[in-house]
Amino acid sequence: MSDATGTLLEVDDLRVDFPTRTGLVQAVRGVSFSLGRERLGIVGESGSGKSQTGRAIMGLTPPQALVSAKKLALDGIDLLAMPARQRRALRGKRIAMILQDPKYSLDPVMSIGRQIVETLRTHEKVSKGEARERALAMLEAVQIRDPARVFDLHPHEVSGGMGQRAMIAMMLIAGPELMIADEPTSALDVTVQLDVLGILDRLVSERGMGLIFISHDLRLVASFCDRVIVMYAGKVVEQLKASELREAQHPYTRGLLNCMPKIGYERHPLPVLDRKPEWAA
Amino acid sequence: MTPAISIDGLAVVFDRFRALKGVSLEVQSGDSFGLVGESGSGKSTLLKAIAGLVPAASGTITVNGKTLGARRDKAFYREVQMVFQDPYGSLHPRQTVDRLLQEPLAIHGFADGEQRIQRALDEVGLGNGFRFRYAHQLSGGQRQRVAIARALILEPSILLLDEPTSALDASVQAEVLNLLEEVRRRRKLTFLMVSHDLAIITHMCERLMVMQSGEAVENLTASQLIGHRVTMDYTRNLLRASEGFVRT
Repeated sequence: MSDATGTLLEVDDLRVDFPTRTGLVQAVRGVSFSLGRERLGIVGESGSGKSQTGRAIMGLTPPQALVSAKKLALDGIDLLAMPARQRRALRGKRIAMILQDPKYSLDPVMSIGRQIVETLRTHEKVSKGEARERALAMLEAVQIRDPARVFDLHPHEVSGGMGQRAMIAMMLIAGPELMIADEPTSALDVTVQLDVLGILDRLVSERGMGLIFISHDLRLVASFCDRVIVMYAGKVVEQLKASELREAQHPYTRGLLNCMPKIGYERHPLPVLDRKPEWAA
Repeated sequence: MTPAISIDGLAVVFDRFRALKGVSLEVQSGDSFGLVGESGSGKSTLLKAIAGLVPAASGTITVNGKTLGARRDKAFYREVQMVFQDPYGSLHPRQTVDRLLQEPLAIHGFADGEQRIQRALDEVGLGNGFRFRYAHQLSGGQRQRVAIARALILEPSILLLDEPTSALDASVQAEVLNLLEEVRRRRKLTFLMVSHDLAIITHMCERLMVMQSGEAVENLTASQLIGHRVTMDYTRNLLRASEGFVRT
């Protein structure tokens, strides 16, 4: 394990290409960053490659896609050179991922408790009884009030916020070092959103994890993360500290910040993004 | 002046679940009225009840002075049209934009379909190039523009908007909100708009109602909300939540 200040994840010149009938679609075009034990936000619109970046790190890129990088290393271990079996052991154990919508990303025919236990027992040799205890403790850690009841419920029986907490519990149970959260709160109500973010924030800092927070909501990311990467058309257009978001230089970042309606600021019509071809160059 | 929409004691019941528990509201003609609240607060159900998509258990709905019965007639849908949340789900996947826009015209027996389709597409900023495309060939923002065009093609006076931009990127959201404001100004439309985003509601609406678990919490003007002059804790919580994450 690396020390608290060291680099956890190194990404250098990551590319994800999808061969299609009409030619190569370059979803990610040379993304580089490094991550310590901190909260890094990746922001961009749909199609900017932010989710594909997360998935490539996780190793969940669709099989037809081509992933290449000068370096993609977790704690010094090259992820791309690794055999699939090892990568699979890493996934869920050292790298975990929270997806957007608990309605679609939890198994609908398995109780929440069983799904959490399954994750744990895949990665650690523990008895059924102990796995259950740990799953219950984890459900409690994500502030589910009645863990024993929720343990036996199926995903369709819980609310979106509760489902998302269950997913966080499932992802944290094996004690990962790197957490990738792909739009973890976009499907939730604003008030529930903050609860879930609060839980995520506390657990990440308590356990000293690195967090990659992928979102289209620049303002939310800025209030949650330490550092923000802004992506456009598969490339990083700007990297900055979250606290310095106001001083963003790139017109795309400024445009994204600007185009959202804000309580107390009357602007009719809202400024819209004037996309420049050179941004994608 | 008769209000565009007047609702009195509206209740909607699904089996034993009371989705709306006696909600009353009044929207003046030409106004833009917002409904905010969490999921499950009944705000979308209210819109659907007006559109006749869910049956009302009790209460009355009056639109442009006419009290509605259990069934809506054709004339009603010429006055009231709805735009749904999910542009991926609300357009027929196997119909071209042209076919989609022809349907309401055929139902209402319009003869000048050709010009109307062209005008509707121009109005939402799509132009003729999009006319013979399928929904899957369009981006989310373009789809929502088609949905708005379909709603506008019958020249209604009232638009029911159910989270029209929540499935869109922030930059595209701005474009669609601008478009909605523009058509409202040009056609003097009445909007009844649902959103969970207070910023969007204060941007688009002059008055709003906060809802929680099927009931009205409070009625506010946008400026009251902007000035934080709210009386209920629930609204205050929503306001706080809309300011983003604060580390404790």
